[in-house]
Amino acid sequence: MKDFLLQPWPWWFSGALIAVIMFMMLFFGKSFGFSSNLRTICAMTFGRKIKFFDFDWRENTWNLTFLVGAAIGGFISYAYMHGGSPVAISDATITDLAALGFTAPEGMQPSEVFGWENVLSLKGFMVLAVGGFLVGFGTRYAGGCTSGHAISGLSNLQLPSLVAVIGFFIGGLVMTHLLFPLIY
Amino acid sequence: MKFFKFLLAGTIFGIIMAQSEAMSWYRIQEMFRFQSFHMYGIIGTAVVLGALGVFLIKTFNVKDIHGEPIQFEPKERQWVKSILGGIIFGLGWALSGACPGPIVVNVGFGFTSMLIVLVFAVLGTFTYGVFRDKLPH
Repeated sequence: MKDFLLQPWPWWFSGALIAVIMFMMLFFGKSFGFSSNLRTICAMTFGRKIKFFDFDWRENTWNLTFLVGAAIGGFISYAYMHGGSPVAISDATITDLAALGFTAPEGMQPSEVFGWENVLSLKGFMVLAVGGFLVGFGTRYAGGCTSGHAISGLSNLQLPSLVAVIGFFIGGLVMTHLLFPLIY
Repeated sequence: MKFFKFLLAGTIFGIIMAQSEAMSWYRIQEMFRFQSFHMYGIIGTAVVLGALGVFLIKTFNVKDIHGEPIQFEPKERQWVKSILGGIIFGLGWALSGACPGPIVVNVGFGFTSMLIVLVFAVLGTFTYGVFRDKLPH
């Protein structure tokens, strides 16, 4: 059991626990949706003059607390569990990524994308900046992210969530198959 | 201490994102190349169990911790914003390799460069708020 928990988790175990998190939030009288925090952060900081951010951010303190927990969870996994061992992606993906100039995984994330030596180049910085901007803009425009739409929304059989998730995949496929060969 | 339960739920969520490797750029690439069942299995299991649970909650009118019936807020039935916003989100998800939750989990895991993604995600949300009235919904 201990070994099982310390190793990378299989999909069925991870997926079941995500459903448990969603039920926990419902039981606490809230809903499971992470990206609302981005809006709350705008309301806390420089967004007050904009109507969309003119609300009392304190009412979302519960979700900001969830966000802080997510970072703590990442640290616990790094320090005591997963530890950043190489991600066992399929051989086909390793081959595809090699054609774009990526070496096989040596840890959780590619240093080609997240290592500071690459982030501090213009291209490396732009990848993270543009990627983040699109995520933040798109999630609020769509009205949710993977947690709010794909998990909470689909579980509640919401048609707008299905449309948004189809959009997630159109965007992801275009980026991966059409734009990655131009970027890398 | 009334927020402790949310801190705990968030911590477990962060551990799940990391232990399942859903926070990994590699897993997102593998997903968008249809080369492994892993990510589909994670999301699919969560949705199937989630839908079953939501059905049971509605059927038996389950109450929350405060004794109130659990409410489900329907998503707005606006299709242009759902598909356009979704596509924009998907482009960013594949480019950065992370959706909002895992961005934060990555920072905790030690990938400090994810703070750039986080700052620009906040700026992206801010930009949406500024131009909201001019966008088709």
